[in-house]
Amino acid sequence: MSTTAKKSVNPLPLKERMKVPRQLMPEQAADERAHNFTEVNLGYSPELAQQEARRCLECAKPTCTDNCPVGVKVKEFVELIVVGDFLGAAAKIREDNVLPAVTGRVCPQEDHCEGKCLLSKKVKPLGIGYLERFVADYEKRMGTHVVPNVPPTGKKIAVVGSGPSGLTVAGDLIQKGHKVRVFEALHELGGVLVYGIPEFRLPKQIIREQLDYMREMGVEFETDVVVGRTVTVDELMEEEGYDAVYIGTGAGLPQFMNIPGEHFNGVYSANEFLTRINLMKAYKFPTYDEPMLDLQGRDVAVIGGGNTALDAIRSALRLGARKAYVIYRRSDAEMPARAEEVHHARQEGIDFQMLTAPVEFLSDGKGWLTAARCVRMELGEPDASGRRRPVPKLGSEFDLSLSVAIIAIGTSANPIVQSTTPGLGTNKRGYIQASEETQRTTRKGVFAGGDIVTGSATVILAMGAGRRAAKSIHEYLTTGEW
Amino acid sequence: MFKIIDAQLLAPGIKRFVIEAPRIARKQRPGQFVILRIYEEGERIPVTIENSDPERGTVSIVVQSAGKTTQLLNSLNTGDTILDVVGPLGKPSEIANYGTVVVVGGGVGTAMAYPTAAALKRAGNRVISIVGARNKELVILEPEMRAVSDSVMITTDDGSYADKGFVTDKLRQLIQNGTRIDLVVAVGPIVMMKAIADMTRKENIHTVVSLNPIMIDGTGMCGGCRVLIDGKSEFACVDGPEFDAHRVDFAVLVQRNSMYRNAEQRSLAEFHRCKTDAATRELETTAAAVPAARQGEQR
Repeated sequence: MSTTAKKSVNPLPLKERMKVPRQLMPEQAADERAHNFTEVNLGYSPELAQQEARRCLECAKPTCTDNCPVGVKVKEFVELIVVGDFLGAAAKIREDNVLPAVTGRVCPQEDHCEGKCLLSKKVKPLGIGYLERFVADYEKRMGTHVVPNVPPTGKKIAVVGSGPSGLTVAGDLIQKGHKVRVFEALHELGGVLVYGIPEFRLPKQIIREQLDYMREMGVEFETDVVVGRTVTVDELMEEEGYDAVYIGTGAGLPQFMNIPGEHFNGVYSANEFLTRINLMKAYKFPTYDEPMLDLQGRDVAVIGGGNTALDAIRSALRLGARKAYVIYRRSDAEMPARAEEVHHARQEGIDFQMLTAPVEFLSDGKGWLTAARCVRMELGEPDASGRRRPVPKLGSEFDLSLSVAIIAIGTSANPIVQSTTPGLGTNKRGYIQASEETQRTTRKGVFAGGDIVTGSATVILAMGAGRRAAKSIHEYLTTGEW
Repeated sequence: MFKIIDAQLLAPGIKRFVIEAPRIARKQRPGQFVILRIYEEGERIPVTIENSDPERGTVSIVVQSAGKTTQLLNSLNTGDTILDVVGPLGKPSEIANYGTVVVVGGGVGTAMAYPTAAALKRAGNRVISIVGARNKELVILEPEMRAVSDSVMITTDDGSYADKGFVTDKLRQLIQNGTRIDLVVAVGPIVMMKAIADMTRKENIHTVVSLNPIMIDGTGMCGGCRVLIDGKSEFACVDGPEFDAHRVDFAVLVQRNSMYRNAEQRSLAEFHRCKTDAATRELETTAAAVPAARQGEQR
C-alpha cells in the first residue's frame, strides 16, 4: 500500500505537461520601449506563473539545481508555485539566493538551470528565470519577508565591494549571526547592478529594495571608501578589528583595442558610457549635472558582443540614436550575450554587423569621431577560448559613419587592492588568486570572488563565488583553521 | 555627508575648504586627489588635496570657480556639507632626495604644488618655487610656499605684483644662469605645463606634471580619464595623476577636456538663470512686503 515516492502536487499528469507551451513573458512593444527606459519584461501574472510551473517534470535528480551556481532548489520552489504558496516559494529561493529579483532578470538561464532542463530535449525549457522573478516580485508586493533572528557570534567581516558577489557574502553571513560591513567605492551601492545594467533590464528600485532588506537584517554599508586607498585590507584587519575580509571588487579596468583614434572625442568605454547614464543620470542633463554627448539623431556603434555591449547600444537607441549598430568580430553562435537580450535588441531595430571589426577610428581633423574603418572577418580554426578565431578578409575594408563608438570588449584586473595588500597572490593577468572551492586567497583571513578572481563573467557566477566564500568564511571563523 | 568646518576666500573666485574626512586625512599623501559630489543631482569632479590633518581628521582643498559645480562649491560656507568625498585617489608624488627641485605652481595649481613642495623639502631637497598668477589678487599661498622653499619667485601676467611675465620666464632664467636642476614639478594650466615640458625637454631635465582630465569614478573603472602617454592610453586616476611631462600628449588632453564644453556652458547658463530668478523672486517678495509695512506705520 504505502509508497515511498512523494505524491506530486501537480494536477497535470506527466505526459500532459509537455503539451503545455512555455508561457510567454509579457513585454513592452518593441517600437514603444525603444524610446524609453522602462523595463522591457513586464512579469508573469499568478495565473501565467502557475500555468508555467505546472510544466515542471519534477525530475528525481534535478539537473537545474546542479547547474545553478548558487544551487537554488528549483523543483521545490516551483512546486510551491503550483500549490499557490508564492511567499513560501520566495522563502525557498532565499535559502540559496539573496537576490532573486535580480537573478530572475539578468541571469543567463540558458547557460545554467534552463540549459539542462529535461523539457528542453523535446520542447522549450521551463521558464525558471521568469518564475523566480515572479515570486521575488510577488514577495515585494506583499511587503512581507522574514528577517531571520540569529544569536550574534561576535565576529566581524568586511566585504569590499557591494556588487552581486559582495551582497551575497553579506546576506549569507549576516544570517549566521556575524557582523558584516560592506565598503563601496562609489557613492551608490550595488556595483555593476547599479552602474552597469540599465533600468530597462534591471530597475534600480529593485536593488534599493534588496539593499533595504539587507539593512533590516543588520548589514552595515559605507559608501565612498576605496579599499586600498581610503583604508587598506591590513588596516581593516589590524586596526578596525575585522576577523575576515572578502574582496569582491569586480571587473576593473576597461580594455581598449589599441587601434588608432581611440582617444577621439566620441569614443567611450562601455563602462564610462553606462556609468554616465545609469549612475550619473546624464540623460537627464541639465537636471543632473553630469553631461554626455547628445545622441539625438546620431549614428552610434558598440564594439563587442556581450551583455555589456547590448546594454550600451540599447541605451543609445533609447537616447535617440538614428542608427545603432553592434559590431562583432565573430558570428551569432559565438556571441556571449544572453539569448533573450539579443532577441530583444533585434526586435528593437539594432543593426548587427557580424563578422566585422574596426581597425581605425577616423576624425574630422579636430579630434571628433566621424567614422570607424572596419574590416569583414571570416571564422578560422578554434582559438584558446574554443571559439573559432576570426580572420580578416583581404580587401573588405569599409568606413561606417559614426558620431559615437562604445568599446565593450572586456575588462582587465583593477590593481588597487592587490598592489596595497602585501602577500596577496595574483595570477599573471593580475587577478586575485583564490581557491575555486573555498575562495580563500594566499592571505590568512582574506577571501576573494567574482570578476576580480575570474575576470569578467556574470552576476550569477559572482554570486556563486560569494556563496562559497560565505560558507568558507563561516567555517574559518568557527574553527579558526586556515 | 562631509562637513565643511572652515571655508576661506583666498583670492577672488578661489576658496579653501577644510572638510571633515577622517579616513582620507589619515591616508593622504602629496599629489593625491579626492572626487566629490556636492548634492544628489551633482556631477563627480576631481580636486587635488592641498593638505591634511590626520589628528583633526580633516583635509583641505582649494577650488577655483569655473563651471557650475565649482561655482556652486564656492558658494558653500562653514557648516555646510558636501554629499560625497572619496579618496585619497591616484598615486602619491614620488618623494625622494633628488638634489635641487624647481616646483612651479600656476594659478590655483599652486595649491596642488604646495604639498609636493613641502614633502620634497622635508626629504632634503633644495626647493626653488616659482608661483605664477594673472594678477596680484590671484597670487595664492605665498607665505605657505615661502615656508617650504629655499627661494620663491613670483610672476604676474600684468605685472601688478612681483615680476611681470610668466613662470616659464623664471625657469628659463634659472636654466640660463646655469642652476643645476635635478627635477621640475609643474602644476597649473595645460598650456603652462606644456610650455615647461617643451623647455625642459631640450635641457634634458626630468619633469613631472599633474594632469586633470575629465573623470567619473576615479578608481580605473570608467576609463574616461585616459591620457596619451608615449602614444599609449593610460588612466590618470590610477596610473597618475602625475606623469613624466616629456611623454604626455598635451594636445589630446586639451581636445578631450573640451568634449563637454557645450554642455558645461549650458549648465552654467542655467545655473545663473536659476540664481537670477531666485534673486528676482526675493526682490519681489521684499518689494511686496514694503508697502504692507508702511501701511502699518501709517496706522
